[in-house]
Amino acid sequence: MCLGIPGEVIELHPDQPDLAKVDVSGVRRMINIGLLSDDPPVPGDWVLIHVGFALSKIDEHEAAAAMSFLEGIGQAYEDEIAALKESLID
Amino acid sequence: MRFVDEFRDADKAHALAAKIAALCEPGRKYKLMEVCGGHTHTIYKHGLEDYLPESVQLVHGPGCPVCVIPMGRVDDAIHLASQPDVIMTSFGDMMRVPGGNGSFFDANAEGTNIRMVYSPLDSLKIARQNPDKRVVFMAIGFETTAPSTAMTMIRAAKEGLTNFSVFANHVTIIPAIKAILDSPDLRLDGFIGPGHVSTVIGCRPYEFIAREYGKPVVVAGFEPLDILQSIYMLMVQLSQGRSEVENQYSRVVPWDGNPVALKVIGETMELRPYFEWRGLGFISHSALKVREKYAAMDAELLFQVPGVRVADPKACQCGEVLKGVLKPWECKVFGTACTPETPIGTCMVSPEGACAAYYNYGRMNRNRVAEAQVTNA
Repeated sequence: MCLGIPGEVIELHPDQPDLAKVDVSGVRRMINIGLLSDDPPVPGDWVLIHVGFALSKIDEHEAAAAMSFLEGIGQAYEDEIAALKESLID
Repeated sequence: MRFVDEFRDADKAHALAAKIAALCEPGRKYKLMEVCGGHTHTIYKHGLEDYLPESVQLVHGPGCPVCVIPMGRVDDAIHLASQPDVIMTSFGDMMRVPGGNGSFFDANAEGTNIRMVYSPLDSLKIARQNPDKRVVFMAIGFETTAPSTAMTMIRAAKEGLTNFSVFANHVTIIPAIKAILDSPDLRLDGFIGPGHVSTVIGCRPYEFIAREYGKPVVVAGFEPLDILQSIYMLMVQLSQGRSEVENQYSRVVPWDGNPVALKVIGETMELRPYFEWRGLGFISHSALKVREKYAAMDAELLFQVPGVRVADPKACQCGEVLKGVLKPWECKVFGTACTPETPIGTCMVSPEGACAAYYNYGRMNRNRVAEAQVTNA
């Protein structure tokens, strides 16, 4: 929960500016990007996601590093991805 | 024979370790606390302590949000969940935390409806879909999750939802660090500052540690080299007699944090006069409650919260582990009565807990203990 999951922003929703579709390890889900309203991400940007909210923008190298850290955690990471798959934010 | 997992930059790690060793003054011991449970995880996963000289000791801090929730608060949550028409929601990590009368899973077996959610926004969705139910989100976590709760409350208010409320258990990291600094049990030389909490609060809140307590702080990333680099930066400061806040993780952590996140937290929540932490006791101004403006969403006002206080099981030494006074394997029940499958204490429940990290990756340490026993025999 305290660990951010890296995701790539895939598409924005002009009618819902707080939402964006992201790709996390092949899982595509909606997240909230309202906490980045000072400098909103665009498709192709990477973000660190905490419980459904993007908390910071990161570069692709950092995203890869964060992902390798998470994969090393094993079960906790799998649980987090499983929970994300269940998530139906709109 | 090496029991820990080597990582891809092991050569760089050895080079950093040599630079750290070169900074150690003969006869001096260094105790550095990593505040964040994610860091503890990296340290054991990669056996980083084995790269360090004997005189540099890492002490695990209280930065595991599930671990610091006292048992009574779990019982309070179950009491809320037992009220008519309530659906309680919380993060998956909370489901197995034992309260005085069992966990959320145990309560569900008795008839409560406690659901795990990935995000507070999922809880909001459950509220929308169940207008005849009262949906309570048990909010936990440090400053990494508090902005999400805040954004969700603002959204609920905008939508005019009247059946959604928050049972706020958000804690703040700075008062916990201060409590540890004021504790007579432990003398620390410096802090490896939390990474993701700092993306929200930035680096300035740590300045009092450097200024008033004279201890260096280095905010660190989560890769093994990040942590070794941060230890090196701490050792450089100590060798030069400096105490400053430095940011090793500047590629993610802005010095001023995330101003939007801080603003929404302030909009919806305020500091409680005091809050009970497992192991650390009552700490003033260390947790958040719902602001009066959002009283209609404050589960503590909408429901009677009994305010249960339950002493930790006698055998459990999570308190000492959270304060860094005990190493997980020094606890009497570690790995025997208390395992991730049958946890007695919270530190074994959460993957961010020091005991769980030790249990999963502490092979080297256990071997070290075994070696010590052989040597002493």
